[in-house]
Amino acid sequence: MTMGLQIDPAKCTSCLQCELACSNHHEGVFNPALSRIKVFEFEHGRRSIPYTCTQCEEAWCLKACPTNAISINNETGAKVVDDATCVGCKVCTIACPYGTINYRSATGKVVKCDLCNGEPACASACPTDAIVYA
Amino acid sequence: MAWQRKVLRINLTRGEIYHEPLNMEWANAYMGSRGLGTKYLSEMMDPAVDALGPDNVLIFATGPLTGTMSSTSGRYSVLCKGPLTGAIACSNSGGKFGAELKNAGYDLLILEGRAPSPVYLSIINDEVSLKAADDLWGSTVWHTEETLKERSGDPQTKVCSVGVPGERGVRYACIVNDLHRAAGRSGVGAVMGSKNLKAIAARGSVGVTADEPQRFMAVVKDTMKKLADDRGRQGMTKYGTNAMIDTMHAFGGLPTRNFQEVQFAGSEKINPAAMSTANENGHTNLITNKACFGCSIGCGRVAHVDPKHFSVADKPQYWHASGGLEYETAYALGPVCGVDDIDACTYVGFLTNEHSIDPISFGVTVAAAMEMFELGAITLEDTGGIDLRFGNAEALVQVAELTGAQEGFGVDLGLGSKLLCEKYGHPDLFMGVKGQEFAGYDSRALQGMGLGYATSNRGACHLKHDVFSEDMKEQNGQGKARPCKDSQDEIAAIDSTGLCIFTAGAWGMEDYAAQVDAACEGEWPVERLRELGERTWNLERQFNLRAGLTAADDTLPKRLLETPAPSGTAKGKVCELDVMLKEYYQLRGWGADGVPTSDTLGRLGLSA
Repeated sequence: MTMGLQIDPAKCTSCLQCELACSNHHEGVFNPALSRIKVFEFEHGRRSIPYTCTQCEEAWCLKACPTNAISINNETGAKVVDDATCVGCKVCTIACPYGTINYRSATGKVVKCDLCNGEPACASACPTDAIVYA
Repeated sequence: MAWQRKVLRINLTRGEIYHEPLNMEWANAYMGSRGLGTKYLSEMMDPAVDALGPDNVLIFATGPLTGTMSSTSGRYSVLCKGPLTGAIACSNSGGKFGAELKNAGYDLLILEGRAPSPVYLSIINDEVSLKAADDLWGSTVWHTEETLKERSGDPQTKVCSVGVPGERGVRYACIVNDLHRAAGRSGVGAVMGSKNLKAIAARGSVGVTADEPQRFMAVVKDTMKKLADDRGRQGMTKYGTNAMIDTMHAFGGLPTRNFQEVQFAGSEKINPAAMSTANENGHTNLITNKACFGCSIGCGRVAHVDPKHFSVADKPQYWHASGGLEYETAYALGPVCGVDDIDACTYVGFLTNEHSIDPISFGVTVAAAMEMFELGAITLEDTGGIDLRFGNAEALVQVAELTGAQEGFGVDLGLGSKLLCEKYGHPDLFMGVKGQEFAGYDSRALQGMGLGYATSNRGACHLKHDVFSEDMKEQNGQGKARPCKDSQDEIAAIDSTGLCIFTAGAWGMEDYAAQVDAACEGEWPVERLRELGERTWNLERQFNLRAGLTAADDTLPKRLLETPAPSGTAKGKVCELDVMLKEYYQLRGWGADGVPTSDTLGRLGLSA
């Protein structure tokens, strides 16, 4: 059984440590705008929900990619984008039913959660265990 | 870089926008946020000008750690001359707006002049524009924020704004961001309104970096753990700041009925236990806790009012969740007004956010009005028929609605307690310092707090010093001046980092220094932080002296100096301010006139 990000919105305080950790890990900068996990607030802040790729077993992003730029990491099960192969056609962003693979105009590539090679920075940073890697 | 090294300066009179480099000499001497904002303010304006005139300067300042992964990194300061006090105003807020401003690429945002007609400022990284806000003038904070988010087309846009009290010059109007976080004190919202600036909408994607990324992350991990393990922090997360209401009631330091008493039996009806217990309708006030940007404490409360409560029964628009009672809100709408109705207090707390009024100053002003009403100095004719007795929750709700809308007796209440008490012939009933109302601590029981109140550069304030542990030991003036002075300097430094002082129970100065040192260029040992804090404190003092304040303003109301506490641990005692103040001036290196000596200024690198 592969591990995954277990997200419990009831524990989320909307502190955005996950977004800071994600952008820092992947881009080397504290920048929520570049995070691959997003916290959404609903009902005047009553609920806060961290949201990212579920690494679905039947990954439509992977199937849709015309250049085979998305592959499965056999150790973590993460669906991973290879930047060198991605041509930025955005077909995967249309295929994904959850909106968790996104195009970046600055690089001309798509980005998504890759579970940080089995040590997800968001889960390590979450101070309330709203995000647990298990 | 922890600093963005950029300042956004706007001349509202001319509608001109300037992108300028951050003065790094000043950044090295004052770090950021409170300290750096004070330096810019002092250099840019004459402290003697009218606080609500176009010559006042309004500064939004982030710190080098704002927007980083340090815990509680969402803070920013708002600085200007305060209309409530005539002194320097420095109000600190959390939420997410400050980090967004930093992430848009700016350390400081400086606003000068007065726009010829209502505007709001839109900031999307380096795309900055002033836009017409005529259609928003007269609307609430909540409406403004929702409208500007929709208008921007980006739900991640962060907004700060003022409501009608800010537009109309209510002297304790605040600036509210993210619906219920506020740069609360001294009337910074009235200054924003006086500039015809309704709101600022910010969105940033520039990002923030540390000078030494790996070392910074190691320090963050270490300090996060310390904070997580701290029992005080754990209590703050679980109960919020309102746990203090039980402590202060038991201790006899809970200001009640405009400081006539120091304990309030009704506090158990508005304390954290009451907030999390279902009432007879099965309604529980507290929903959950919430954090500001980057914060691993999460002291904020999310609450809702019982829909059956008289205050909202016919107002379904207030049945939703919003910012719940924190200690200062609970104290100022509860005990000091003699009110023990948790739903009324929560609803009025909502109104203070929705309309941009500081709940502390508002509540204490209402308390003074209630005392004058009971004395007959304020009549039913004055209040428009409102029976403004202590403990009347219906009256509290009515006057809060009137103050928010600036109608009827709400216009008088908008004067603040000092001017209200003068207007109705009882100046001695103003409970505050330098025109600003007290927070929820009675300085007969907490003597060092009294010294902190008297000497705070922004008028009565509980957040600029920390003598709490000494105060809980002995109710006299001995040994309070030193910790008051030292903690004032340390807190000035902490406020200048961009972090929240609620970390100070778990972190020592070495923890702040380690984070700043890893994030910023150069060496940042503890001593540099302490010196920078002291420099900031003295520069604030110089601003006030130039504004016309004197040592005579470093005082407390007669009630605290002459009328003994009626109960509690300090029963029979008054605040021994004189003895503390004399020692304090000496420790500060100030003359008996409260003016820093040339030696002191020279030591801190300040000019006379």
